[in-house]
Amino acid sequence: MAHWIEPHPTGIYVRPADAWIDPSVPRERALVTHGHADHARGGHGHVWATRETLAIMGLRYGTASGTPVGYGEEIRLGGVTIRYVPAGHVLGSAQIVLTHAGERVVVTGDYKRRPDPTCPPFEPVPCDIFVTEATFGLPVFRHPDTGSEIDRLLAALHANPDRSVLVGAYALGKAQRVICELRARGHHDPIYLHGAMERMCNLYVELGVEMGDLRPATDVAAKEMRGAIIVAPPSALNDRWSRRLPDPITAMASGWMRVRQRARQKNVELPLILSDHADWDELTDTIREVAPTETWITHGREEALLHWCMTHQIRARALALVGRDDEEEEG
Amino acid sequence: MRPFSQLLDALVYTRSRNGKLALIAAYLRSAPDPDRGWALAALTGNLDLKAVKSSAIGEMIRARVDPVLYEMSRDYVGDLAETVALLWPTPPGEPPDLDDGTLTLAAVVDRLHATSRAAAPDALAQMMDHLDASGRFALLKLATGGLRVGISARLAKTGFAQAFGLDVDDVEQVWHALSPPYTALFDWAEGRAPRPDPAGTPFFRPFMLAHPLEADSVDLADYAAEWKWDGIRIQIVGTGPEHGRQTRLYSRAGDDISASFPEIAAAFTGHAVLDGELLVRGEFQGGEAASFNALQQRLGRKLVSAKMQADYPAFVRLYDLLLEGDEDLRALPWEQRRARLEAYMPHLDATRFDLSATIDAADFDALADIRAGARDAAIEGVMLKRRDSPYVAGRKAALWYKWKRDPLTADCVMMYAQRGHGKRSSFYSDYTFGCWTPDGELHPVGKAYSGFTDEELKWLDRFVRQNTVARFGPVREVEKTLVLEVAFDSIHDSKRHKSGLAMRFPRIARIRRDKPAAEADTVEGLKKLVR
Repeated sequence: MAHWIEPHPTGIYVRPADAWIDPSVPRERALVTHGHADHARGGHGHVWATRETLAIMGLRYGTASGTPVGYGEEIRLGGVTIRYVPAGHVLGSAQIVLTHAGERVVVTGDYKRRPDPTCPPFEPVPCDIFVTEATFGLPVFRHPDTGSEIDRLLAALHANPDRSVLVGAYALGKAQRVICELRARGHHDPIYLHGAMERMCNLYVELGVEMGDLRPATDVAAKEMRGAIIVAPPSALNDRWSRRLPDPITAMASGWMRVRQRARQKNVELPLILSDHADWDELTDTIREVAPTETWITHGREEALLHWCMTHQIRARALALVGRDDEEEEG
Repeated sequence: MRPFSQLLDALVYTRSRNGKLALIAAYLRSAPDPDRGWALAALTGNLDLKAVKSSAIGEMIRARVDPVLYEMSRDYVGDLAETVALLWPTPPGEPPDLDDGTLTLAAVVDRLHATSRAAAPDALAQMMDHLDASGRFALLKLATGGLRVGISARLAKTGFAQAFGLDVDDVEQVWHALSPPYTALFDWAEGRAPRPDPAGTPFFRPFMLAHPLEADSVDLADYAAEWKWDGIRIQIVGTGPEHGRQTRLYSRAGDDISASFPEIAAAFTGHAVLDGELLVRGEFQGGEAASFNALQQRLGRKLVSAKMQADYPAFVRLYDLLLEGDEDLRALPWEQRRARLEAYMPHLDATRFDLSATIDAADFDALADIRAGARDAAIEGVMLKRRDSPYVAGRKAALWYKWKRDPLTADCVMMYAQRGHGKRSSFYSDYTFGCWTPDGELHPVGKAYSGFTDEELKWLDRFVRQNTVARFGPVREVEKTLVLEVAFDSIHDSKRHKSGLAMRFPRIARIRRDKPAAEADTVEGLKKLVR
């Protein structure tokens, strides 16, 4: 007999609740873990998500009808008890904890274990089925300490007062986290933003994330940005837009920067290993910690994590979800 | 180790030459002795360690990490040293991925020097435990031989000179009198000791170079004409028997290329410094110099097989004599040096050295006719040298001119475009272009990234963006509508392109917006230009 939770290529179906988790096509009832485009699509009939995620979806897709669910709050849909628990990935990100028929399932969406000043930390929830991501599911991915990466960024900035540092960072989550980490490291100069960042940063501020003096890079004279940090989406790093900047040092904040060739392919001069996903040690430690009887791996380098689970006597399967793991941008 | 591993990392990511020089200079100024001397040795390829085999490193990691996970990781990362550096497990109880600062570069070098090949993997493993991922990567690169950070020995020496406000040619002169970790060199650079004495060492002298001829003619009473050969410029430096018969071959950039052409180095035993063109003999030209294409088979090789030497026999066509014995001839007029060179020729092995002939022409018009009629594959043009010119470093106005053969041109169709590097990284500035086959297909014949003005580059960039039909990573395929007039020095058979052709020095001569793509040249037509 089919399990009450069913993985499909277009999302995870919760049969008794007749609801989909992070569906990639419009559905009548959608439970959304967080606001990244590969998890939160537009066009659903009704959405349950955290207040922050709903606000992000509203910004991206216009008005979305949705029910806000606070962290720790319980809702019931068709005999399933549903609870949203912090995932530590980006502002508003949640794991969805589902309890039904005496069995508990945790769907993590994306998550990380490092502290992030823009969102509450991941809470491990022991469960029977653990549905995990595997973006950095290879043992070569071990993210270094965040502070040391931010220090490298500041060192490059201070060593080149006549230049600027252009940081490529995903517009939702990474950009704001980089800015907050810089502020926490004592950098209070104005930070300039690419146009594609502005609305999301404004929303973060509205939702209570303090980011200090942020200015649009668009209508500022180049010389004013000398010695300054500019944050732009990764796609803008080598694009025409960057020609307006004063001799920028190209940096990129991403877990992929751990691999030299990856950084070189992107013409990055200052790779910053800064990720919003769990690294290999965090993935495997988390599986040990929540001690599931079965692990489902949604997206990423699932083969290696699958192999690790098998060698550690943990039942595991890889789910083939479409449209996930857009590694070009996110990471 | 951390300053050195950080330097290597930064060199990997820095594309501009000036940026690399600044990094090397900053490191050499701040790192302690003897670490920086060993670093300089590593960067210049003068660090001679017993290499640990890649297979031994593979075994080390398989003993520590699940072999399946290792294979998956290696498939993903590509490079063995990088995979192992990233995968290396942290010893129990240690914080992850931390350079504990106990291991200096000098300590690493001493340890690797002192270890037998059999014991090397264990020694390596112990050192790995004290390093972070960058440090492990640097260590593995040192231990396996070859840093491959994209810098030449000459660039490293230039970085050294820049660090201490010295002239790189002064550094070059004393270089071969010294050995790693170059303590005497740093002592001199920082004013603690006099300049090391280079006497008796085979050091590089900077080449004299030529300007392109722009005037319509020159007076052959003042200028001698000589063929310009299409090989690579080379300097042969020998110390003679009184200094242990050391011979070195230097490229135009001052890099020591002796190991790539051992037969030339072995054939020269004299005490002199000569300037010439390195060429290979072509079978099809009756033992004459072959095209540059043949020489290319020999370039960039660290080790040269006997077969390579037999298939592409190298020789040097001599242009000039800079020193004979201890006598420096460089201040003498060219005519006198030329006479000395001719007199020196009988001392040389005739199978490896010949004399670049001068051209007798009644006047400049006659010379132009001779140049136009030159059929030899290895002739790149004509050199004009002032008869009274001393041999001076670099390009000095009005002394030497190069008068290249007129370039060939072809009308080609742009097929693909790729972003440039550095300042050009936001522009699609590298273009692959093709010509028509009899079946009406376009086959690539070359790639060019120069020849256009800044304004033209902006126009080309816009064309690429507006006419993209497909993307492959950093490459865009464009509508096959734009004709580019491509200039090139010569064209050769090649297996690299589908068309079977490769151009030498292709550059964009003109953008032919007026010309329909269907009227561009054919691959067959280009094949007729192969020499």
